[in-house]
Amino acid sequence: MDVSFIAMQLLSGLTMATLLFLVASGLTLIFGVGNVFNFAHGSFYMLGAYLAYQTVSAWHINFWAATLMAAVGAGILGMMAEFLFLRRIYGRSEEGGFQILLTYSFILVIDDLVKMIWGTEYKSLLRPAGFHGSITMGGLTMPTYNLAIIGIGVLVAVLAWLILTRTRPGRVSRATALDREMLGAMGVNVPRTMTVVFGIATALGGFAGALAAPLRSVTPGAGIEVIIDSLIVVVIGGMGHFWGAWLGALLLGEVNSFAVALVPEWASVVSYVAMVLCLIFKPEGLFAPRQVRKA
Amino acid sequence: MERGTALRQTVLLLVLFVGFALVPVLSTSKYHMLLAGHILLWGLFAVAFNMLWGVTGMLSFGQALYYGLGAYSVGLMAKHVGAGWFLPGLVFGLLGAVVLSVAVGLLIIRVSGVFFTVLTLAFGQLAWQITFRWYNFTGGDDGIQGIIPPGILGNGVVYYYFVLVVVGLSIWLLQRIARSPMGVLLRCVRQNPSRVPFLGQSVRFSQLRIYVISSFFSALAGALMAGIDNFIHTDMLYWTTSGEVILMSVLGGIGQFFGPFVGAGVLIVLQDVVGAETQYWPLMIGIVMMVMVLLLPKGLVGEFQSLRARLKSGGAPR
Repeated sequence: MDVSFIAMQLLSGLTMATLLFLVASGLTLIFGVGNVFNFAHGSFYMLGAYLAYQTVSAWHINFWAATLMAAVGAGILGMMAEFLFLRRIYGRSEEGGFQILLTYSFILVIDDLVKMIWGTEYKSLLRPAGFHGSITMGGLTMPTYNLAIIGIGVLVAVLAWLILTRTRPGRVSRATALDREMLGAMGVNVPRTMTVVFGIATALGGFAGALAAPLRSVTPGAGIEVIIDSLIVVVIGGMGHFWGAWLGALLLGEVNSFAVALVPEWASVVSYVAMVLCLIFKPEGLFAPRQVRKA
Repeated sequence: MERGTALRQTVLLLVLFVGFALVPVLSTSKYHMLLAGHILLWGLFAVAFNMLWGVTGMLSFGQALYYGLGAYSVGLMAKHVGAGWFLPGLVFGLLGAVVLSVAVGLLIIRVSGVFFTVLTLAFGQLAWQITFRWYNFTGGDDGIQGIIPPGILGNGVVYYYFVLVVVGLSIWLLQRIARSPMGVLLRCVRQNPSRVPFLGQSVRFSQLRIYVISSFFSALAGALMAGIDNFIHTDMLYWTTSGEVILMSVLGGIGQFFGPFVGAGVLIVLQDVVGAETQYWPLMIGIVMMVMVLLLPKGLVGEFQSLRARLKSGGAPR
């Protein structure tokens, strides 16, 4: 195992980590802010991939514009789902279970709607113009598209952090997490905040799906694989913690990348093992603050 | 629990038992017997699942793990050792379910709420992945065919009655547990977990105990199902199987002991009538789930009971 092999795997792990972070950050955002667990988050990822495929292949729109349209589309659908359905069960006793069931029904409905519209066969999307090749740095070859994804991921992370900590909407969302009633008493429209945050969360999922589409083929049923991966990320990182999601994604991405290279047959099992180990030694998440949260 | 309710439930159990016992006598087609067998086993699976969720408040999205474990224990025995090893396979499956559910349970009861659900899902999918990829041992996506119960059980009607007796006994046992002091404790774990330690009881131990019991009966349902269908497939371990058993419980009503059983019956008949006509069955059950969660959260049995209570009280809204 030489240095260039290790560096290569590190970089490819970083690409995967970035995509994982984009998906998981949406999941952790809506959980952290609204205490809503969106089991269908992976389905919005899948919708994003299909929307990007549709805009690029059928309407011949520039790929980067298509990723933004996919994000907006997934965001609008997410807001509709929250406004029409999820909102109705807030505050019900044993809400957590019913949230999971309701969002589970979203998975079933979205999966079949996708099959109705786009069929069951695999779709593939070409990398955008200018990002087909790779560049060589110090004897290391790296596809430019992967580098672009990593750059975008860093940009989104910094932007999201700035919005959450430095702007008024960000502070309002964080306050929603802490005390919804007090916030309402202070004149903030809490239900609208919830809808918007849900929309932003699903938009992040859709954006990740669109970005990932040229790397992985687009298939119905991709949602469940993605949701499980991002769940492992948030379990490792600590649910509801923004930087925890980032570190969890980094860890899982790297572990996965090396597993694919070294034990390709059992790569998918390795991430579960990582999660189990984490659960045994630190069930509240590796990067969670010290106080133990009991949901 | 009041004596009246207990008596009514026992009578209901007997009526159901006799009703299912009459199926092979009254029906001329083997197909009805197959359908009734499916309702019995899915019903047992759903009732066992509801001991976790409806009674104790632990929503597991991974009971397919144990259902599949039971089925694969029987199937792998038949495939690798010999067709006569059906019953030993069943016993191994049950033992395996107990051992595995203790190990997995110890890990996952450390978290609660949504995290618990997610972890059960992850463990279920892990088992599915392993079964799916280990082609040489499990047959992967091909499943295992030709699982015929040995001896006199090979006869369809005899096997049906065997299943009926086992399911009847299991449901009676689960009903006993639900009504026992342990059942009361489990409800307390759901409603007021912080109070349980004051009674000198442990929340974790109660949760682990019911997790193991529920998993045991899930494995039993899976193992017996292998004998009815003569065929098992990795889909039995897939997360949609766990989802289906949840839907059955919600459909029938999670607040009643027999709710999930009724839900299983309704869903299987519905699938038989409608599922064959449409390729969009997941869409259908997705919509059913949505309607139940949003409009009828008590389930068919629960909503029927509150409707009756309302009519009895002179139609006045409670």
